[in-house]
Amino acid sequence: MNNEQIKIAIADLLPSAIIEESSEWLTIHIESVDWLPLAEKLRNTAELYFDYLFCLTCVDWKSHLTMVYHLTSTFHRHTLVVKSKLDRDDARIETVTMIWRTAEFHEREVYELFGVNFLHHPDLRLLILPDGWEGKYPLRKDFEDPVNIIKL
Amino acid sequence: MVDSSKISGEIPKIPPWKQDHGTAEFPGEVYNTPGGGILLSKLDNVINWARSNSLWPLVFGTSCCAIEMMSTASAKYDWSRFGFEVARATPRQADVIIIAGTIVNKMAPVLKRLYDQMGDPKYVIAMGACATSGGPFFYNTYSVVKGADHIIPVDVYIAGCPPRPEALLHAMITLQEKIRKGLTREQIRMPKPEQGFK
Repeated sequence: MNNEQIKIAIADLLPSAIIEESSEWLTIHIESVDWLPLAEKLRNTAELYFDYLFCLTCVDWKSHLTMVYHLTSTFHRHTLVVKSKLDRDDARIETVTMIWRTAEFHEREVYELFGVNFLHHPDLRLLILPDGWEGKYPLRKDFEDPVNIIKL
Repeated sequence: MVDSSKISGEIPKIPPWKQDHGTAEFPGEVYNTPGGGILLSKLDNVINWARSNSLWPLVFGTSCCAIEMMSTASAKYDWSRFGFEVARATPRQADVIIIAGTIVNKMAPVLKRLYDQMGDPKYVIAMGACATSGGPFFYNTYSVVKGADHIIPVDVYIAGCPPRPEALLHAMITLQEKIRKGLTREQIRMPKPEQGFK
């Protein structure tokens, strides 16, 4: 599928999705509540068949957080980026562990570094950070740690 | 007028065991006698000389400096020319630990433990900006230790990010000179015979 065909397919699946094509890959912006049903369709529709989640990350924009999912199809060779805005004070989104198994690991990392709560995640706990780090999110812009952080 | 004939001729030679032993030469002198020879030296100097020529590094690399360290070990730079050939994967058999890379808070206890497990005498080289001071991670980090010397004593520091293999070789040669002169932290800490052993 080329980008035009994917755009039509997305518009069909989720009319509220905002499509953006300024970057390398076709990007869509969605509401966080729409993510899980859309993800299932992206994975299970034969023409789309996004079977590989190759990047899962989060961005802190100070005013809000953005979850970023990079999906690709190893069969059709097309790529899609899904972005979803989250509330900074109550960041939560459904997990996609059941669809792409790799998400379990990456969501744990986003959980410990950005404090995004992945609903229905099977094993949501710290990945690399030592015990006792819950509640402090080191990759958020306003993170301050008087012991380790030296500011100019 | 200086009489040139008086300053010519041989400069009085200081016996090697009394010299400042920064060099790799054997710190002693052989006096030929009928039926053999007598070797004059100081035991401390011979021991330091021997130790300095066979330093086994620990296989320890935490980031990009380790790539330079591997390069130093490989054919092009070949640190075995200086007696570093046997990199050991266990601290029990290693003499020198080259801290090649960033030390994070989570790695700090591991580094301390490895150092404690090494047998005496042991030496430490802090390779690169991270191991020296935290380097590029000095400001605004939540995880990086600002210099490996917060955890274990360091004998030689190398600047660079990462240092080239030549810099590492220079550091290793500097460490050897320090050992021959008896100036490493390990040697300074050791009790001297005249102070009495406890």
